Amino acid sequence: MTQMTLIDALRLAMDEELARDPRVFITGEDVGVRGGVFRATQGLHEKYGGARIVDSPLAELSIVAIGIGAALADLRPICEIQFADFIHPAFNQIVNEAAKMYYRSNGQWRVPLVIRAPYGGGISGGLYHSQSVEAFFTHVPGLKVVIPSTPYDAKGLLKSAVRDPNPVLFFEPKKGYRAIKGDVPSDEYTVPLGPARVARAGRDLSVFAYGMMAYYTEIAAEKVAREDGIDAEVIDLRTLLPLDKETILNSVKKTGKALVVYEDNRTMGFGAEVAALLADEGFETLDAPVKRLAAPDVPSVPFSPPMQEYFMPNPDTIAAAIRDLAGY
Amino acid sequence: MTTNAVARASAQLSEQALLEMFWIMLLSRRLDERAWALHRQGKIAFHISGMGHEAAQVGAAFTLNRGIDYVHPYYRDLALMLALGITPTDFMMSLFAKKGEYSSGARQMPSHFGYKPLNVVSGSAPVATQVPQAAGLAFAIKYRQQTGLVDPQDATQPRVAFTSLGEGSTSQGEWHEGMNWAGVHKLPLVCLVQNNIYAISVPVASQMAVANVADRAAAYGVTGVVVDGNDVLAVYDVMTEAVERAYNGGGATLVEAKTYRPVPHSSDDDDRSYRTREEVEAWKEKGPINRFRRTLEAEGILTPEILEDYEIRARAEVDHAQANAEAAPYPEGEDALGDVYAPADEVQP
Repeated sequence: MTQMTLIDALRLAMDEELARDPRVFITGEDVGVRGGVFRATQGLHEKYGGARIVDSPLAELSIVAIGIGAALADLRPICEIQFADFIHPAFNQIVNEAAKMYYRSNGQWRVPLVIRAPYGGGISGGLYHSQSVEAFFTHVPGLKVVIPSTPYDAKGLLKSAVRDPNPVLFFEPKKGYRAIKGDVPSDEYTVPLGPARVARAGRDLSVFAYGMMAYYTEIAAEKVAREDGIDAEVIDLRTLLPLDKETILNSVKKTGKALVVYEDNRTMGFGAEVAALLADEGFETLDAPVKRLAAPDVPSVPFSPPMQEYFMPNPDTIAAAIRDLAGY
Repeated sequence: MTTNAVARASAQLSEQALLEMFWIMLLSRRLDERAWALHRQGKIAFHISGMGHEAAQVGAAFTLNRGIDYVHPYYRDLALMLALGITPTDFMMSLFAKKGEYSSGARQMPSHFGYKPLNVVSGSAPVATQVPQAAGLAFAIKYRQQTGLVDPQDATQPRVAFTSLGEGSTSQGEWHEGMNWAGVHKLPLVCLVQNNIYAISVPVASQMAVANVADRAAAYGVTGVVVDGNDVLAVYDVMTEAVERAYNGGGATLVEAKTYRPVPHSSDDDDRSYRTREEVEAWKEKGPINRFRRTLEAEGILTPEILEDYEIRARAEVDHAQANAEAAPYPEGEDALGDVYAPADEVQP
């Protein structure tokens, strides 16, 4: 076991996969000698060379499209989009091409592609370095969407993503890159895409979250346990598509109450799907309305610190939402 | 051939190869004509035509290591696909949307070509999406060669990625980004632009301010060539150079084949609203099949007997393909649910 940060775990996953499979390569803006603007690929260019760690032109759709083409040719590309906010020019390639290729070729052509992108607010990134974009892509069958919240999961899930035969969008909570630390085994392991993780078992209510909000929710759950004696179950969804419905439904069967926390805009965000699932398939297990704690419906995260803080849920606002729901 | 054509690659083509090229162009035309008729009879829902483009496509196909080199085509590439190896029955199964259709299981509209056994990548409808992907295929070819996974001279491996599109599609950013990668990374890519003057109704002057698509090649640091797209042997010549350049590490080529679409854009279009009948008729006379026929007749390669035999065979093959497709069952409704995710490999490398 080694203590490491989220970003160190991600780098280790890529390093191990590059060493394991000569078909794995990385491309994106500044991923080469610079090692990425967040240093996710630091040292990999020196270790594996410019043929495998490839600085791309500053053009996101082509980063994805080159990855699709290489994946069609049975390589294993890891494409980095520098900020999730910049993924939109590649939307057509992701949604119309990568996601539909296996279906539209009747299973002849597959796209084993990973697209990594740091997402989320709280780093003074303003409107265009803070966005949460997962809900655009969780609506698209054919894609997998993964968001880790611990170093252990970050490494294990990214390795699974590289080995998956489908296009995987791997969104990384950039505020947690160095803030989140945890134990990572030195032995080889993977974490399967799909299953959610029970981060904290509890009896009184269920809180569903992912990424930075899962990390904050664990802090908030300990706080309300300590201060209010509320025993909250925390489920880190980890893989948003395909969604682990069973773990969600089983948790609420036990607790009877559900809160979904996400830092994306509230309306049509991922929490809406969790709430709809519970209304549809878990109605008789509910003792309270399903609640959502999310960002307000404004276009993106503002820059100035008070507005940025106002925008994002944090351990205190999550704790308050837990107390409210526990008291229903 | 004429004496000054000796240095041309096409001068090396055998009579048999020349006749095969002509046969595929003719078969494509007769199949295409039948598709229009079937649509007018209400038997099929949609057809998008490759008429007039047969020389550009067949001239190109014959320069590739067919079945091995990567091909990422577009929706007019019927003659290209026939030259690569799909059958008239394959195409008819697409038109009739029948169970087991070769490219997509009839999930896609007709002419959204793709067939893994021939290394032809499945295409979509948003134009130019295939160009940066083809650059990615070319990147993979170069990657495997550079990292020692394959021998660059191994002809059992793909050595070039070929993609094609219309001139209107070159207005897309995706085309630009793909060509830029091809130039920056000196990729083994051949991009064939079949310039037929109209993007549905919009003429080329409303797409770009330069005279030729190929003029843009200089901006990407790739070789650009303009060729008469109605002259199959001229296309074969420039494509041979382009493919050799890719095989030998010389980078990408942008080939612009100037041609014309003598029919509406698709079965849902009416071209009388944007061009005169005189213009269309004038082009038909210059069309690629008439032109190649005259060349082969003048050389004594295509005799009236062979031509008559080809016409009879083409009609028989198209009839047979139509009968096969009409007799075939539709997919089940539930077939809509398959192939969303590929299953994991059983053995990890």
